[in-house]
Amino acid sequence: MATTFELITSVTVGSGGASTIDFTSIPSSFSDLSVVVSARSTHTSVLDELLVRFNSSSTGYTNKFVMGDGSTTQSYSNNYTTSGYVGYISAANATAGTFGSSSIYIPLYTGSKNKSFSSDSVAESNAPTQYMNMNATLWSNTAAITAIQLRLGYANFAQYSTAYLYGVKNA
Amino acid sequence: MPNPTKVIKNCETGEETIVELTDEEVAALEVEAQAAQVAREAEEAEKAAAKTAVLSKLGLTEDELRAALA
Repeated sequence: MATTFELITSVTVGSGGASTIDFTSIPSSFSDLSVVVSARSTHTSVLDELLVRFNSSSTGYTNKFVMGDGSTTQSYSNNYTTSGYVGYISAANATAGTFGSSSIYIPLYTGSKNKSFSSDSVAESNAPTQYMNMNATLWSNTAAITAIQLRLGYANFAQYSTAYLYGVKNA
Repeated sequence: MPNPTKVIKNCETGEETIVELTDEEVAALEVEAQAAQVAREAEEAEKAAAKTAVLSKLGLTEDELRAALA
């Protein structure tokens, strides 16, 4: 049976934490990519923000996202121009042992057009107010994506944060 | 005190390396975080001002508007 959704590789952050998680030498044999992240930040707040960069580039990103917290909704754009915006994750002041969940889908990552991705993210904590995002990002760069860097807006990935990189074949 | 580290996973070989950031990389992260915070606060201030202007035109408070739309 043909494999359409295949795990390429994964990272689990160790006891020292990590400022970034970098996937390099991404194979070009798939149609799309998917990154699934379970992350907690060392930032001394309830929240941090998960960001992504392609091919070590810090330019050309435009983001639009909607955010809800259980009682209000808001929309934002261009919060970050040096990174793609994924969404909120749990940080050090969130309920102990809780991690934010994020999913990034990158279609046609080897193509010769500008790249885009969609993402959704939620910051988990045992509290009445929770934050969740849905985001769309355009990376105005026609290069094929060969590297993906996950980074945080304020601090570092805590131990046991994980990131799984999947390749998707649409044929 | 050592700098933070980054985890690099080579998808071709499966090799995982943990590399300490250089002082320049650490400084760059801090600058980016501050710049993003400034941009976010500016956008929130702009939205708050726009909301206030609309409520003023309508002659309503935020609670009154929320009640009217409930």
